[in-house]
Amino acid sequence: MTAITESIEQRYTRRQLIRRRFFRNKLALFGLVVLTLMFALAFIGPLFAQYSWDELDFFNFLSPPSLSNGHYFGTSMIGGDVYALTLRGLQKSLFIGLLVAFFSTGVAAIVGAFAGYMAGRVDRSLMWVVDMLLVLPSFLIVAVLSPLYRGKTWLVFVILLAAFSWMITARIVRGLSMSLRERDFVRAARYMGVPTWKIVFRHLIPNMSSILIIDATLNVGGAILSETGLSYLGFGVQPPDVSLGSLIAEGTASALTYPWLFMFAGSFLILTVLAVSFVGDGLRDAFDPGSVGGTNK
Amino acid sequence: MNSNTPVLERYGKWASGIVTGDLGLTLQNTQISDEIQKRIWVSLRLLILGSILGSIIGVLFGVISAVRQYKFFDRSFGIIAYILLSTPVFLSAILIKYGAISINEVIGTTLFYTVGEYTPGLEGGGFSLLVNRLQHLILPTLSITLGGIAFYSRYQRNAMLDVLSSDHLRTARMKGLTKRQALFKHGLRVAILPMATFFAYSFGLLITGAAFTETIFGWYGMGQWFITAVQSNDINSVSIVILFSAVLVLFSGFLADVLTAALDPRVRLR
Repeated sequence: MTAITESIEQRYTRRQLIRRRFFRNKLALFGLVVLTLMFALAFIGPLFAQYSWDELDFFNFLSPPSLSNGHYFGTSMIGGDVYALTLRGLQKSLFIGLLVAFFSTGVAAIVGAFAGYMAGRVDRSLMWVVDMLLVLPSFLIVAVLSPLYRGKTWLVFVILLAAFSWMITARIVRGLSMSLRERDFVRAARYMGVPTWKIVFRHLIPNMSSILIIDATLNVGGAILSETGLSYLGFGVQPPDVSLGSLIAEGTASALTYPWLFMFAGSFLILTVLAVSFVGDGLRDAFDPGSVGGTNK
Repeated sequence: MNSNTPVLERYGKWASGIVTGDLGLTLQNTQISDEIQKRIWVSLRLLILGSILGSIIGVLFGVISAVRQYKFFDRSFGIIAYILLSTPVFLSAILIKYGAISINEVIGTTLFYTVGEYTPGLEGGGFSLLVNRLQHLILPTLSITLGGIAFYSRYQRNAMLDVLSSDHLRTARMKGLTKRQALFKHGLRVAILPMATFFAYSFGLLITGAAFTETIFGWYGMGQWFITAVQSNDINSVSIVILFSAVLVLFSGFLADVLTAALDPRVRLR
């Protein structure tokens, strides 16, 4: 009897198991550490800056990185402090990445769950919209629509990016909710007269939370990549504000002679996206140890 | 046409023009059809070569990774693929470009050209022109190829791992095939199937990546045209490039079906 209670006491809850599996994964742990560092740098780092990001130092043009004059990462062609600018860009890129991932996974969860649960005509029309959007070259469309948010808040940009990145997740969620709707607890709720929206939000979406968490994490990387790509071409975050993409674009013209102009922004960008995909894959392996880990898309 | 005309009417006029072969004028009042003829082959040369190389090498590396799962090659190449996938095209293209410039400086001659398709006003015969074109071609192709390798190898590795543990492969081994024969005849053929669809569709969407590559390496192709057209509000040119990418997607969807039918007898029978 005592042996049995002991073994029960030693058992882990699901959450503990997931945490253990995640922390045992070296790459995922590395990703988490890098990501934490990036966030700390982006939001605490500016406190240590000697100059603000929109300040110009007219005594130092294109000075190399140095600790003595307060420009840790050097200065740009017009005397901007690259340290402050890079952190500002990192802040913006991280923030946009998180917001886009949050919105797109949210929309995907709602649309996919309703489509899968309600089936029939609702399903067909929602999936028609999804398929239509999937065929559109989203990058080109956002670029074409960029005058819409020129001179306005960058939140419009976030919404546009999110609007074109939820479709694949929606299809996955639809498949899941189609199988969940036949489960007994959902059927019971339905026969008890629980309204559809309540079933979707209380029974379906919480039961897919692991997929949604993984997907939202991996979407952060994708969102950062498309944001910086658009900003690189001048279709994303608009000046005077900066993002990692626009910083890289500015710095590349003279990258050989003044490497500090884009080196920091570039390496932060690669590190962030790499860390996000490590964390995402680590989460997937932790939630579902049976899956073949390693896809990164 | 002015902005007071309803959108649908304007669209109708544009679409009927397309059908009859009238693609409209650019902002500079030149014929779009002339511009397309100049640019389309620039893009296609780059895209076709880059994506074919990328997919073949990627599939190959994916298969090797799967067969030697958790061995040295798999692990080290896996990390490299991760880093490549996390590097946006514009960053890797810039790094390739400046890497090549420093190689040129070290060697002392221009081995790689980083701007344009060929050196204008080049003297000499056909052979030196070919070499010159190749020297220009190698870097942009490399930048497209690298992304493709990383992308395909990850998918191919997973697909191959699924197949490796399947029953029919074990049967093939049991009836006396060597490991190599079983892998190539029964394993690879099945594992490559989903890749055909991937290849075809990603080819259609490659135009986005090409926009960066063409801009950075100074190739005047469709992607570079798109960027300048959006920046100058040149609506006719923008619509043509989008139409071009739509045609590419449709064509590559068709290609995907043909490839799948060629590889998979089950599809042909139906």
